[in-house]
Amino acid sequence: LVNCFPKPYNRKAFWICSMLILSLMFFFPLRQELLKWNGWGYNDSKFIFNKKGQAEFTGKRYRLGGMVLPTFKEWIEKTFGASLEHKTTSRASLNVNDVPPSIVNEEFLQDLRATKISYSQDAEDRVFRAHGHCLHEIFVLREGMFKRIPDIVVWPVCHEDVVKIVELACKHNLCIIPFGGGTSVSSALECPEEEKRTIVSLDTSQMNRILWIDEKNLTACVEAGIVGQDLEKQLAESGFCTGHEPDSMEFSSLGGWVATRASGMKKNIYGNIEDLVIHIKMVTPRGIVEKNCQVPRMSTGPDIHHFIMGSEGTLGVVTEVTIKIRPVPEYQKYGSVVFPNFERGVACLREVAKILRALFASICLFLLFAKGHALKPQVASIFTSFLDGLKKFYITKFKGFDPNILCVATLLFEGDREKVLQHEKQVYDIATKFGGLAAGEDNGQRGYMLTFVIAYLRDLGLDYYVIGESFETSVPWDRVLDLCRNVKERIVRECKEKGVQFAPLSTCRVTQTYDAGACVYFYFAFNYRGISDPIHVYEQIERAAREEILANGGSLSHHHGVGKLRKRWMKESISDVGLGMLRSVKEYVDPNNIFGNKNLL
Amino acid sequence: MKCYTPVIYKGLSPCKPNAIKSAVLQSEQVQYVIKQLAKEMGESPDIIQEEATEILDEMGHRMQLGAVRFFAFTLSKIFKQLFQRVCVNEEGMQRLQHAIQEHPVVLLPSHRSYVDFLMLSYLLYTYDLALPVIAAGIDFLGMKIVGELLRRAGAFFMRRSFGGNRLYWAVFAEYVKTMLRSGYAPIEFFLEGTRSRTAKTLTPKFGLLSIVMEPFFKREVFDTYLVPISISYERILEESLYAYELLGVPKPKESTSGLLKARRILSDNFGTIHIYVGQPVSLRTLASGRINRCPYNLVPRHLPQKPSEDIQEFVSDVAYKMELLQIENMVLSPWVLVAAVLLQNLPAMEFELLIEKTLWLKGLTQTFGGFIEWPDNLCAKKAVLSGLTLHSNIASLVDGHVVLNDKGMEDGAVGEMVFRHALAVLMCATYRNQLLNVFVRPALVAIALQMAPSFRKEEVYSCFNFLRDVFSDEFIFFPGISLKDFEEGCFLLTKCDAIQTSQQEIYPTDKGSGTVSFLSAMFRPFVEGYQLIFRYLSKEMKEAFTEKQFIPGVRNFVFQLLEKGSTQCYEALSSDMQKNALSALVQLGAVKKKKMPSGFTYNVNQEAVSKILDMFDARIPVQKPVAARL
Repeated sequence: LVNCFPKPYNRKAFWICSMLILSLMFFFPLRQELLKWNGWGYNDSKFIFNKKGQAEFTGKRYRLGGMVLPTFKEWIEKTFGASLEHKTTSRASLNVNDVPPSIVNEEFLQDLRATKISYSQDAEDRVFRAHGHCLHEIFVLREGMFKRIPDIVVWPVCHEDVVKIVELACKHNLCIIPFGGGTSVSSALECPEEEKRTIVSLDTSQMNRILWIDEKNLTACVEAGIVGQDLEKQLAESGFCTGHEPDSMEFSSLGGWVATRASGMKKNIYGNIEDLVIHIKMVTPRGIVEKNCQVPRMSTGPDIHHFIMGSEGTLGVVTEVTIKIRPVPEYQKYGSVVFPNFERGVACLREVAKILRALFASICLFLLFAKGHALKPQVASIFTSFLDGLKKFYITKFKGFDPNILCVATLLFEGDREKVLQHEKQVYDIATKFGGLAAGEDNGQRGYMLTFVIAYLRDLGLDYYVIGESFETSVPWDRVLDLCRNVKERIVRECKEKGVQFAPLSTCRVTQTYDAGACVYFYFAFNYRGISDPIHVYEQIERAAREEILANGGSLSHHHGVGKLRKRWMKESISDVGLGMLRSVKEYVDPNNIFGNKNLL
Repeated sequence: MKCYTPVIYKGLSPCKPNAIKSAVLQSEQVQYVIKQLAKEMGESPDIIQEEATEILDEMGHRMQLGAVRFFAFTLSKIFKQLFQRVCVNEEGMQRLQHAIQEHPVVLLPSHRSYVDFLMLSYLLYTYDLALPVIAAGIDFLGMKIVGELLRRAGAFFMRRSFGGNRLYWAVFAEYVKTMLRSGYAPIEFFLEGTRSRTAKTLTPKFGLLSIVMEPFFKREVFDTYLVPISISYERILEESLYAYELLGVPKPKESTSGLLKARRILSDNFGTIHIYVGQPVSLRTLASGRINRCPYNLVPRHLPQKPSEDIQEFVSDVAYKMELLQIENMVLSPWVLVAAVLLQNLPAMEFELLIEKTLWLKGLTQTFGGFIEWPDNLCAKKAVLSGLTLHSNIASLVDGHVVLNDKGMEDGAVGEMVFRHALAVLMCATYRNQLLNVFVRPALVAIALQMAPSFRKEEVYSCFNFLRDVFSDEFIFFPGISLKDFEEGCFLLTKCDAIQTSQQEIYPTDKGSGTVSFLSAMFRPFVEGYQLIFRYLSKEMKEAFTEKQFIPGVRNFVFQLLEKGSTQCYEALSSDMQKNALSALVQLGAVKKKKMPSGFTYNVNQEAVSKILDMFDARIPVQKPVAARL
């Protein structure tokens, strides 16, 4: 690395260079070292079973950190038939010898060095960028190795660097796969096995500056590599926020949001990514695509932003985004409501969405207790602290409710205090009409905290022969209940047919409300002991579940995107002509398929 | 009193019949149609709503356990009087019990008698299963107390035709669907639409079937089970009524006094009833890979939507599949075989020969997959004798010969004689008919072999295909699989050594000539009857006519021929055959059917009909169908 820098000819330059080298060696991979190499999130945060055999969440990053969850073990044993004695262990670290060799031609390397953009051919760096967080990808990390991974990782630090890299890729006919936060759950980051060209993983993580903040127009221009939580933190220093909070916001990047059409929890107030974006700059093999002004709306034919949003890295690299910002809200309040059953809960959400529309930040409906199918209904909860609060409540207030079908809605209000209180009252009034009972602020807050730690659960399951995943869809209001019921039933049936010996966990929640419909999440996990190829079985079941969703009038995806995982249904989803339109855009923008991750089309 | 605690659908939220009615009235589906009609007719929605309420009151059932108990009590008495035994396949009942808990269930019994639905409900009650709601014809309401009693036992009433009445259709469809979706009770209706007067399965009606399938298409339910049920009677309660009706003596209206008069049959013996509850068929499994669900995703689900062609085709396929399953599971009694043999050997047949032939036919039927109940390996003589005893009104043993009982009016006029004989033949045919759908594929191959100018496979297949088209309303064929039917027929004939096939040819074996001629004789009444009817149409019908004109006309025509003795085809007098023949010609394009304000009228294309007649006589070769696989 040192070779590629000019000889220091004065002190200042030497100092700068030293810092650069230091940061290259230390700072750049820093993030990577903080994160698990074979699972979700931070290294220090995970679920474990302590010496007493009780579940515990480690680390201090989350409120749940250090807490003991006494009933969790029983729950996992009962729900999945899992046992602490039957444990699988992941490899402790990456075996460098398994990693496919990096094949990069020397001429390109020379050109790359000349640009002074830092790069790495190190095995760990490459493997880290060869995957997202689909179940099969994590499984491969734990037990096998990818057939194809990037040959080289590059870290551009600004828009111009990206332009240079794309030019080089065109010159040498390489394949570029942009990499942001690496939180994809659509196989979008997997390298196509049949790709013969050198694959360059373009890691945007070093393009993470806020370039400017325009307080008059309430916009900020930000480099696309910035991670959600950093963006919010830095904006907060100036008293602003974007309000875009996807569940993955700790790790996912602005560019990734744009590329997948992301959605945030508080979209009711702030909007989804397509509502937030004012201007996008994207580098494509044809050149740079952007608009000439930063205006709230324009009528200039089909919006070119909509070619970019959701393009999933097939057209180019998003480098800079101008995004709407808002002053940090004066007041924030959580809340929760318990409903006697899911049907009433959904009916209430529909009503709230109709009457209050954008006046509350978020409402989210969980089924509290996962109901074992073949077994007797069990009182079970994933999170005891959350449950304990509700239990107390349950005992004191709703004796008439059947705890097995109880469901809870968590609420979040933002804005000026008076309005918040007013809207809160309105929501509770509506909830009462649907048999809901207010269940306190704490429970609401805990509920939202859960959405961040829920992703850590899968890694624990994997240690005990339990595999699982969540997937999402959007659906018109009138079909929500039918879709939820049918998809859950389909999952249970498919598991039975595929020889899964223990009844699976199959549950759902409504996470977003719109005027015309809702976003529904499904959680699905099963114990795979006794199955020789669990991943294959899992994929078949997930596929069946997706077929069921489509047959019930649900969408292919609400915000996870298509990637390679859901490509097969694209034609059905957007019609032949629609697919042709997208293809012709790809054809024009990237005729040589430089952005060859094979997503979407 | 019996403790009745039925197993019910797992997703059931219990509700009263009246709650269902108000749910139907308030439903988006019905409200939408009400608003539409109000707009179109310029009337206030309240008036139309009122109308809908009336429709619903006329239609709706009011199931009450008390009425059910009353029925169960009296029926058990009556059934014990009438029938010797009722046989049920226990494992079928168990499968049904599981099905009822899992998903909404639709019961599809065969329809030979009014006893069908009474018996089925009684059976479900006895087995502690959820009682079905039954779609019954509105004519039952004409019966004073009985109509109301049936209503309380779970019958709901539909008008015979309501195609044009949008409000009625909407209310009816929503009523059925509401009960299905909520899993309120199994829904029972007859695919055949009405009692088969000939004991031959009628071609299916699709209306109600498409209604009960719709909630699945729209994914309002996860799945729906269709349960084919075959009910067969050793002796059909209405046998003589049917024969009169087929000969044009009108069906008595359903009335309570009629029912009371009918009680004299209580002293009669009607033998055994066999009920076979088939394997529940999952609609989801049937539909997988066949139905493109998109159209239902793009329109709000409460809007009335004409089913796409795909869906219509699918509904029709399912209907035929269910009927074929009914046929497959239908229990055949020894008497059915006796009737089939006897009809080929009129006027009299030696008793010993009859026994011998019956035994032979038993073997053949079993080869063809017929489901014969031969009580406890009874010796053939006893079986035939017990059949004769049970059906002593049809045939009797005189001096070692078996003869039909048609001699009631020895001294009557010729016309009277013909009528008497026809009556006996038709009653006897009712039993033979139960075999026909099992035999139809090999038999049509056998007839085609005799019709075809050579033994070349294509020519035989052409004839087979022609016959299959002509008889498409007479027998049950799964749509569009002519070649497969042909192959099945050939396979079965090969299995009983009646034919041999080579690469290019099919020819009868010497050993099998008996089988081939028996089969063609079995279906001869249809071949000859159709020819008579076609001849009548091509000669006599120069102008447009209605069905009401056609039936008496053709009946007189055949009657005269019979009187003259120039034909022996008594079955051509059957109005059922006459209607089927007419509708076959409509389908073949030889008769044009037009809708007039007063009803349908028909126009004969003389040339086309005589061409079809010529094909029957093999005077011109049947047109070659495309059959690349042959």
